[in-house]
Amino acid sequence: MKLTGAEILIKCLEKEGVEHIFGLPGGVILPTYDVLYDSKIKLILTKHEQGATHMADGYTRATGRPGVCLVTSGPAATNTVTGLATAYMDSVPLVCITGQVTTNAIGSDAFQEVDIVGITRPVTKHNFLIKDVRDIARIVREAFYIATTGKPGPVLIDFPVDISRAKTEFVWPKDVFIRSYQPQVECPGVEEQILKAAGLIRGSKRPVLYVGGGAIISGAGKEIREFVEKTGIPITTTILGLGIFPETHESSLRMLGMHGTHFANYAVQNSDVLIGVGARFDDRVTGNVAKFAPHAKIIHIDIDPSSISKTVRANVPVVSDVKKAVAKLNGLISDKRPDMKEWLTQIAVWKQKHPMKYENVGQKIHPAYVIERIGELTKHQAIVVTGVGQHQMWTAQWYQFNRPRTMLTSGGLGTMGYGFPAAIGAQLGKPEETVVCIEGDGSFQMTMTELATAAYNKVPVKAFILDNGYYGMVRQWQQLFYKGRYSGSVIGPTNPDFVKLVGAYGILALKVRQKKDVIPAIKKALAHKGPVVVQCLVSREANVYPMVAAGNALDQIMDMA
Amino acid sequence: MQHTISVLVENHFGVLARVAGLFSARGFNIDSLAVGETQDPEVSRMTVIAKGDDRVVEQIMKQLNKLVDVIRVEDLTAKDMIARELVLIKVGANATNRNDIMHIINTFRAKIVDASSESLTIEVTGNEGKIDAMLELLRPFDLKEVVRTGQVAMARRGELKAPSKCGGKVAVSKKVTKSKRK
Repeated sequence: MKLTGAEILIKCLEKEGVEHIFGLPGGVILPTYDVLYDSKIKLILTKHEQGATHMADGYTRATGRPGVCLVTSGPAATNTVTGLATAYMDSVPLVCITGQVTTNAIGSDAFQEVDIVGITRPVTKHNFLIKDVRDIARIVREAFYIATTGKPGPVLIDFPVDISRAKTEFVWPKDVFIRSYQPQVECPGVEEQILKAAGLIRGSKRPVLYVGGGAIISGAGKEIREFVEKTGIPITTTILGLGIFPETHESSLRMLGMHGTHFANYAVQNSDVLIGVGARFDDRVTGNVAKFAPHAKIIHIDIDPSSISKTVRANVPVVSDVKKAVAKLNGLISDKRPDMKEWLTQIAVWKQKHPMKYENVGQKIHPAYVIERIGELTKHQAIVVTGVGQHQMWTAQWYQFNRPRTMLTSGGLGTMGYGFPAAIGAQLGKPEETVVCIEGDGSFQMTMTELATAAYNKVPVKAFILDNGYYGMVRQWQQLFYKGRYSGSVIGPTNPDFVKLVGAYGILALKVRQKKDVIPAIKKALAHKGPVVVQCLVSREANVYPMVAAGNALDQIMDMA
Repeated sequence: MQHTISVLVENHFGVLARVAGLFSARGFNIDSLAVGETQDPEVSRMTVIAKGDDRVVEQIMKQLNKLVDVIRVEDLTAKDMIARELVLIKVGANATNRNDIMHIINTFRAKIVDASSESLTIEVTGNEGKIDAMLELLRPFDLKEVVRTGQVAMARRGELKAPSKCGGKVAVSKKVTKSKRK
């Protein structure tokens, strides 16, 4: 029996195990939405395509399964660009399907036509334009394969409307083979490299393990834990690596980098062997690259060869899936803990001398105080999704993460507005778990239109807006580096009444003005069955510390007075 | 240092844009780029001449490899390679200087492919050194137009080949065709 292109596309998505589609319809995607109407796949109707991409992203980061967006052409397609770029920077496998004008109209500046394949080329792992109905099944299969293998990333499929109406037999390709795409889980010669790495680790006196989001993607939590417990080597993580190892563990140095702990940054700067695992030596992590870890031999384990020696030259590159490589490393270093007594004592001194702390703001509410309480009241087990800005950094510093896939944040692109829609996606993927969204008043307003999506689908996200009336991180930089001239960062006077606004969507809204009300409000929010938004009026001019100013070495740390 | 990088790509539409986009997005400089089909019409070969230190070239190679449509990448620079470029040169020529120009053409074993009372059009192939030397000698004359293809190159020993399109599954697809015939 012959099927239409739209029928084939939806059948393919069903075959791929897709349960939710995020998006909204429009002109040229109508044939596909018509088929979706009868499918068992649930449409999560969003209010904006950017929201759809962030929801798919949150869904993916929480579950590890690729999220799917389905939107129309032109402006809908361009609205996905920010979400795709966000996913691309953080290696999140999404599949985004955009409608396109009929194949013979492509290039004619037709209504709602845009060259989305051209536009998204630099922000997707790969993209496709379907030109023949017989290619649909193969392309969908390849798209999911490319998105989820190797270093994962978003893939876009552009789907012209005439192709969605054309008919052919449906043949589901048994397997995928792309000769030009052979992602290697392990590079040839990897054994030898791991042997070298093990030797270096054994001979080290001041080793540090530095773990990024790649370890979480690879599912290497168990292996990392085994490594740390076996060797006693202290571990620090990037923001995307949070949760790979319990932050309360004595070997944890917590997060490193621009807003990392003193002790993580000092440890890295003084290390003699730095083991980078599934991380990419991003500038927010390294500070001044030229002055980064000056005494360290660098071992770099990553699945992506192009991440290795991109910014910091690796002495021992290991191109491999992180889980596999660390498991092998564990086999080689059993019971041969490097002699690091002095090193651990030094780190203990740093920890004692420079503990994490935040300013005393008297009766006002320090944002970190709210996050600490959320951490305690969720027993550090919630899935936490953030926007971008000060609140994001405070969340990274103060929640204390315990398990992988619980810190969902836009680390690479720094996309304000990521938090709320991504939290909706995460909650839909993990209906049994508590999903907490921590947002700033600035960041939240970029995508708060998705309140409607949370309300309509009764997605019980617990959102906290840390409201300081500023683009807080911008204000912090202006205070520190621009003589306190708050150009464009004062938003308090422009903010709506959040309680009224959220209430208008039929969502429970709470307002917290005083410190004594913080804990009751968090408890009430967590106990509430549906979605809830808590507006916390926080100390307005609190800064995120510690801080390494851009261009400085990692141990040139600014702290509160 | 200048590098000669050979790239085998799927002959899909948009591949050139992907490769060119990669160079511009990452700030790599291309000196020249030549593209054409290989013996297999489904595979194209790009020869990229790019400048950069070892680190930049290492990143170029890795980033090219990362593109899904790229089948193979090889840096031919350190290899024993044959590199050639074809250039068309239109030079103003009259009765007084025609002989001088002819002399240069013969020295470089170039060809005249078109001639008029005011000009000669020369075709020359060779490596970069030869082309540059010839252009240098022609420069005192009235150089009207120079068109260069960019270099193409291959290693003297060994071939840069694309693996089969269906991987190890050739036999299976053959069987399918047979059973269809029945």
